[in-house]
Amino acid sequence: MAGSGKAHLRDSGDVLLRVEDLVVEFPVGRTGLKVHAVSGISFDVLRGETLGVVGESGCGKSTTGKAMMMLPRPNSGSVVFEGAELTSLPPDAMRAARTRMQMIFQDPISSLNPRRKVRDIVREPLVIWKRGAEKEQLAKVDQLLEEVGIDPQRAAESQAHQFSGGQCQRISIARSLVLDPTLIICDEPVSALDVSVQAQVLNLLEDLKLKYGLTLVFIAHDLAVVKNISDRVQVMYLGKICEVAPSNSMYTSPAHHYTKLLLDSIPVPNPDVAVQQVAVQGEPPSPVLPPSGCRFNPRCAAADDRCRSEEPQLRKVADGHFVACHHPLFGGEAPVAVRSAAN
Amino acid sequence: MNSRVQATSRQTDGPLLKVTDLKTHFRTERGLVRSVDGVSFSLERGRALGIVGESGSGKTVLSRSIMGLLPGRNTERSGSVVFEGEEIIGLSLKDRRKIWGREMSMIFQDPMTSLNPVMRVGKQITEGLKIHLGMDNENARATALRLLHDVRIPEPEKRLNQYAFELSGGMRQRVMIAIALACGPTVLFADEPTTALDVTVQAQILELIGEQRRDRNMSVILVTHDLGVVAGHTDEIAVMYGGKLVEKAPTRTLFANMKMPYTEALLRSIPNIEDPSHTRLNVIAGRPPDLVNPPKGCRFSPRCEYVQPKCIAEEPPLLTAEHADHVYACWYPVGSPVYREKRAQLDKAKKSAGMSQVGAG
Repeated sequence: MAGSGKAHLRDSGDVLLRVEDLVVEFPVGRTGLKVHAVSGISFDVLRGETLGVVGESGCGKSTTGKAMMMLPRPNSGSVVFEGAELTSLPPDAMRAARTRMQMIFQDPISSLNPRRKVRDIVREPLVIWKRGAEKEQLAKVDQLLEEVGIDPQRAAESQAHQFSGGQCQRISIARSLVLDPTLIICDEPVSALDVSVQAQVLNLLEDLKLKYGLTLVFIAHDLAVVKNISDRVQVMYLGKICEVAPSNSMYTSPAHHYTKLLLDSIPVPNPDVAVQQVAVQGEPPSPVLPPSGCRFNPRCAAADDRCRSEEPQLRKVADGHFVACHHPLFGGEAPVAVRSAAN
Repeated sequence: MNSRVQATSRQTDGPLLKVTDLKTHFRTERGLVRSVDGVSFSLERGRALGIVGESGSGKTVLSRSIMGLLPGRNTERSGSVVFEGEEIIGLSLKDRRKIWGREMSMIFQDPMTSLNPVMRVGKQITEGLKIHLGMDNENARATALRLLHDVRIPEPEKRLNQYAFELSGGMRQRVMIAIALACGPTVLFADEPTTALDVTVQAQILELIGEQRRDRNMSVILVTHDLGVVAGHTDEIAVMYGGKLVEKAPTRTLFANMKMPYTEALLRSIPNIEDPSHTRLNVIAGRPPDLVNPPKGCRFSPRCEYVQPKCIAEEPPLLTAEHADHVYACWYPVGSPVYREKRAQLDKAKKSAGMSQVGAG
């Protein structure tokens, strides 16, 4: 199996979610070709941890998030959540499992039904699962709405379009919490929001995580946001994992050339910091025909013949820090320049 | 390119673009929405101005209002926009069309919806060349090819015959830029040109806009909510809030010495990549004002941490800071005694709250 390796998976600790060799492919019309959205990735999330997933559009980060929920079922691989193998669960059991894992989406307005009252939207999961009498349900809904900063009275009278984007995202968060889940998958939850509102929502997620003992998988393309909220960060590129590390060390000492490129591309809100000349031009290639070897090799300055033919496996470069690169920025067997000269 | 020569000779000594007390109001069922409420500024040739603000601050309406791109019905526009010495408010559609493309052009946020999905990319670029510059087919096609090459689209010949859906987001935005640059505009409006793009592509697109600006001695108005984007790519920044311009300064001056608490709050709410993870983010409480009933006094006062009775009672005028090119609208600007006193109190409160949080965690 040409996976990206499993050296980074943990045996110890309270593993809530363990994904192994996850593959998701979509057919391209009737051409017989396939979009290789996620190509054999493995990762785990400990209870109470926040895992950040970053990468450019098309790297498979959202597909990974959805595949964890079996939306749709992955082509192959295993997803173990709270000890249960989700890929082989019958539909009823899967529906029950989804009450324990919830999702928050990017566009807060289109993820709420425009024709229903907001309070009913938040309550609906309780109605479907027949949790408690009406009075208890409403009490719970109102308490959650207040916690996310929405006036329950207004929520009872208003529809989603009467709220701002930030408020709609707060409503989505309340809805995701109503069934007492353990895992929340946040797919770009703040990308559509203004920076000022983004900060409010991120702080809210941190507060709720502490209060309800949640585990988060936080998918985003903004590295500063991901660093802020995550304990560990996983960088993805074209359906593969490049690097996994505790968030602080990922940012102070990236080991993968792609991570370095992402970090260098962030605009710094300080005019005295010279704008970095973008080291790598171009955009990710098509996931229909991904490059052989290391998938980043066509855009990588350090790429050599080995990178074009042999896929790198994830290996340890520091405590908790793993990288899938033949010539990492640190922790390699030999410096990059020496290696390429030897070849 | 006769028109360009004429345009240049028409120019008088003043700035390229001078906006004075521009107001743009929309009549709605709820009442009059004061999206742009008395904005004045000027822009020199070849300079890049950033217009920054949250959603609903009026930054997009301002740029469209200057270009005359707003629907006529239910829109009230007053004030003056002098472009190359000529008043362009009140021009007929026919006259505005002469300005669009050749003098002013715009790049929009979403490159997918701003390109025609059923027209080949090449035709969308040559359209303007033929209409505005009167080029023939062959000439227009050659120019389009050169433009695609300028915006660094790989295999430009192939792209001319492709449709928007066949291109990636970054590539589509490059096509938009090629269309906007086609007729050699004097001012390029870029309305959130990189918001829909990945960071790596964003950096490339911003670099491309800057490079084209220098090559063509073109002015750029970069409208964005991201202070990080404007910091590295503009000469001046105007901050908008609730339809008003609340601070304007050369980029370096603004970052080194911001006066308006709103500007400061906006900057402080950006997560800093240097901070360790789980650092508590600074927020701006509340929401932008309702532009039908904007707050009396300073429009930022309901959300301002440093608010004083005077702020609620009386609207601050635009004042000049130490440098004449730095203006701000605040009674108690950053660094003033009242501000410092309040800041000390807030820091103290935050510190004790932080302590209790650590204890609880």
